[in-house]
Amino acid sequence: MSLSYEDIEVGQLLPQLELAPISRTTLALFAGASGDHNPIHIDLDFARKAGMPDVFAHGMLSMAYLGRMLTNWVPQDRLRSFSVRFTGITQLGHVPICSGRVIEKFERGGERLVKLEIEAKNQYGEGKIVGDATVAL
Amino acid sequence: MIDKTQTGKTFPPLSVEVEKGRLRFFAKAIGETNPVYVDEAVAKAAGYRSLPVPPTFLLSLEMERPDLSGWLNEVGLDLAKILHGEQSFEYHLPACAGDVLTFESRIGDMWDKKDGALEFVVKETRVTNQEGRHVADLRSVIIQRNR
Repeated sequence: MSLSYEDIEVGQLLPQLELAPISRTTLALFAGASGDHNPIHIDLDFARKAGMPDVFAHGMLSMAYLGRMLTNWVPQDRLRSFSVRFTGITQLGHVPICSGRVIEKFERGGERLVKLEIEAKNQYGEGKIVGDATVAL
Repeated sequence: MIDKTQTGKTFPPLSVEVEKGRLRFFAKAIGETNPVYVDEAVAKAAGYRSLPVPPTFLLSLEMERPDLSGWLNEVGLDLAKILHGEQSFEYHLPACAGDVLTFESRIGDMWDKKDGALEFVVKETRVTNQEGRHVADLRSVIIQRNR
């Protein structure tokens, strides 16, 4: 089951990826696995001292979820670029929902490329990440 | 306060071996269900030399730098006040478990908004593999909120 450049249409949606609600366990595991040990994500005392109501998710966790969506759609060796802006904080209990849409088809350097607009929102429709990715097909 | 005189500062190159166990732990932490990221036989059948390094994990490897908060302090960033503003990856070659990747990082632009209430620091990293081939380029924008 592989995608072909010809079959891709601008406007086409990627299969959405909806995650489990973010828990403290999610954040503890991600801190260890990602190597981002900033206590603001795992230590309530530290977070409160920094003026936050609670710990909150790593931006890179949501970006990793977007990465899962992309590599579910095409094999990873087709991924040429992946770029995001973090627009909102993902709090405990938020359900990350990743989506993507084809916005352009073009050729460059002998490769046929598809540009995607990608985003992550929570269950309330609040934006958390916007960005784009380019894949070669 | 960020120290704008640190613009262009470079860090000593960091070489990191990509370990299968770390990739599997990362896959678990992000709920990855695609077997190519945990089962080496599946990865090999898909054409990879071993488990592939997932798209965002290159930044995790770069965080292996000893004394991570050291560089933050050097440019005037405080762990308690920073947020990740932007992150981008350009991929040139796949990276897999067993590779030894070298990360060369430098501080790019630094600027502030609202009379210093928000400060921005760019970090750029070039990644090469054990054969000296260019694997990827990373760019991070860190935002510091000063109250």
